[in-house]
Amino acid sequence: MEELYSVFAQEAREQLTAMEDGLLRMEQGDLDGETINAIFRAAHTIKGASGVVELHHIEKFTHILENLLDKLRNGEMQVSGELITALLKGCDHIGALLDRVDQGQMDADETLQQSGETTADALRAFTSGETASGTETAKMVPEASVGTVERTGGDTAISDCWHISIRFGRDVLRMGMEPLAFLRYLLNLGEIAHLATLYDAIPSAEEMDPEACYLGFEITLRSHATKDQIENVFAFCRDDCDLYILPPHSKVGDYLNLIEHLPEESLRLGEILVRSGAVTQEELDQGLRRQKAAAKIAEATEQPTPQLGDILVDKKMVQPEIVEAAAAKQKQVAEKKSADARLIRVQADKLDQLIDLVGELVIAGASANLLAQKSKQGNLVEATSVLSRLVENIRDSALQLRMVQIGETFNRFNRVVRDTSRELGKDIDLIISGAETELDKSVVEKIGDPLMHLVRNALDHGIEPAEVRAAAGKPVKGRVELNAFHDSGSIVIEVVDDGGGLKADKIQAKAIEKGIIQPGQVLTEQEIVNLIFEAGFSTMEKVSNLSGRGVGMDVVKRNIQALRGQVDVKTEVGVGSRFVIRLPLTLAIIDGFLTSVGDYSYVIPLDSVVECLELRDDATRGHMLNLRGEVLPFIRLREFFDVESPPPQRENVVVISASGHKAGIVVDQLLGEFQTVIKPLGSLFKHLRGIGGSTILGSGEVALILDVQALTQLASQTEERRHPVAHAAAIEAH
Amino acid sequence: MTEFATQTTTDGAAHLILDGPMTIYNAGEIKAQLMSGLSVAAIVELDLSHVNEMDTAGFQLLVMAKRESQRQGHTLRIIAHSPAVREVIDFYNMDAFFGDPMVIPADH
Repeated sequence: MEELYSVFAQEAREQLTAMEDGLLRMEQGDLDGETINAIFRAAHTIKGASGVVELHHIEKFTHILENLLDKLRNGEMQVSGELITALLKGCDHIGALLDRVDQGQMDADETLQQSGETTADALRAFTSGETASGTETAKMVPEASVGTVERTGGDTAISDCWHISIRFGRDVLRMGMEPLAFLRYLLNLGEIAHLATLYDAIPSAEEMDPEACYLGFEITLRSHATKDQIENVFAFCRDDCDLYILPPHSKVGDYLNLIEHLPEESLRLGEILVRSGAVTQEELDQGLRRQKAAAKIAEATEQPTPQLGDILVDKKMVQPEIVEAAAAKQKQVAEKKSADARLIRVQADKLDQLIDLVGELVIAGASANLLAQKSKQGNLVEATSVLSRLVENIRDSALQLRMVQIGETFNRFNRVVRDTSRELGKDIDLIISGAETELDKSVVEKIGDPLMHLVRNALDHGIEPAEVRAAAGKPVKGRVELNAFHDSGSIVIEVVDDGGGLKADKIQAKAIEKGIIQPGQVLTEQEIVNLIFEAGFSTMEKVSNLSGRGVGMDVVKRNIQALRGQVDVKTEVGVGSRFVIRLPLTLAIIDGFLTSVGDYSYVIPLDSVVECLELRDDATRGHMLNLRGEVLPFIRLREFFDVESPPPQRENVVVISASGHKAGIVVDQLLGEFQTVIKPLGSLFKHLRGIGGSTILGSGEVALILDVQALTQLASQTEERRHPVAHAAAIEAH
Repeated sequence: MTEFATQTTTDGAAHLILDGPMTIYNAGEIKAQLMSGLSVAAIVELDLSHVNEMDTAGFQLLVMAKRESQRQGHTLRIIAHSPAVREVIDFYNMDAFFGDPMVIPADH
């Protein structure tokens, strides 16, 4: 039972996200019919699902939103900022109710109930001005809007009768209503030329609830009554069914629209045409008979069987557009079904188990490889190398399973930017790029909070108030960017704003005040700016709701470091700031490059290796290397790790690149590519500089994995600090 | 309420007689009886001539029973209709679905 609710909550949340996205897009000016339809469908789905799991408070509340959205999509209401805000508040309330479901509370507590009532009233206020009689108006299938049907004049009237399409809700019978009574009442208004009963919704015998109503009807009514009069027939059950009314002499476009609005089911093409009232049962039967005959002929003559639709069009029974729309709808239904079928829910820890096993497989494969090579048996070597390749593929596939697009996380910020900029009275645009960039699921989950903080900072402190911007000659609309992309084995996420930038003097003053630095200390401008990452730092005098509590940037930095990443900031006063977060792509298995120094093996992540070359003494000076005219600082691992054995005749340099800087790692031997399963070092070794983990070689020995970022930084910094003059001279000389 | 009687005819079919209303008030009971009737034999004949009242709930159950028997590859026939039953099936235009000839008495 619990699982039922948790699945419901999860799926409902997905629908909520879709609703929010759609509402935000509508606010930005997207008035496409499909957008509002998608929002409506999402609300409708949540309502239906909550009814199924009998969470009626959610069902009732969602119904209010669904109502409003329905009027919107019928063109009975206009989009406005207040309306969107109210709808978004409604979404928030549903989200809060879902949160309670997650906690095992199947209803709302008092505070939530009250706030829910307020929101509901606000929403209802939008519709109270609509109908004088107080009953809802039936849905008029919206006139063929731009983009749906091009053909105008010359459309022949299909029918001189009203077409009524009704789907009764599940509870209609339980509530004491009788469909027969409603339909019979229509006889008071005219003549029922045709009635088709739709019973597809009746489930299997075991599942069928004898007191539920599963029926729908397509009715052709010959009558001189007005639309209102026909609607009123269904006044009492209006709330609990789907009702469409097409007046006589409706255009082709209207029937096409009706097809679009019908609930999704697997339909035979013929049934759709009957339901739309475009053809009568007799014409359909005739068409079917002809199709069977044509199929026989086709078989005999080996020609393709004419589709039902074609036959009907041929016989001039149906307009071609209707056939196309019906076929398109069938394809849509089929596609949606296959899209749904393509996704599977998997528990995250099962996936982790799989990846662990793959890791073990990689190591075991390496040792098999080694033995095979030692044996020097040709076919064994070949067999194990085939095995290795397959293991590599499995590894890649398994890791791919954990990758999710960062776009989902980024999209949440649309709402944040919208709400916050309204709150602050600023006009700010959010621009997202690289949403399809993929990263590991666990990283995506943990990066949300730090990103949120950075974005809020940009909104609150970064972007200046409108007057300040105008005075500075900047566009009044502020701009915040979220970018994501891959760069040499890392994923980079940037939060950029075109605000006022960080002011080094203010930061310095505050740092002195907080005792983080001494008054006399000499620091470069970048070093001063980096002080914002120190604990207890905040320059905002006014602690606003969002930030300025002094727990911000250092926590952000720590969170990012916990993901083995780094965060940096580049800023320019008056122009803006750019926060750059770098994260490793995978946490488990990487392609490595194996090297050795003395008896020890070291692995360098292959993604950061640029090239390898032999170390020639004449090309070095101090700790700098001349690489085809480029100055390359290097580190001797032998020195760095205090390896005692004597150096070999020839040493090699592996050129690595990290964060846009290059450096050289001097090793003894280059041992080639190596699949590296990262085994974390114990906490005892947490503070080792230059080491980012360990792995097990095929021989069973342990090899250390180099932390390329740290080494690169160390190499360039050390050289700069130690020999600033020599450094400059070296650059000049080369 | 509604009484049910089951007989087995000479050719092995189950003959199910319903006497009383088929409405939402006893829908659960009707469903159970229909399901049990369907499980008795491959050919089930429903005698509904004594069903004095039928509403949409009762009608739905007939549809369900017919579909279930089709699903099982069995046969369900309505061999007698009361006026109430005839009227509902007629109005809902479902004669063809049930496929049973409805005998219209001469005085109608």
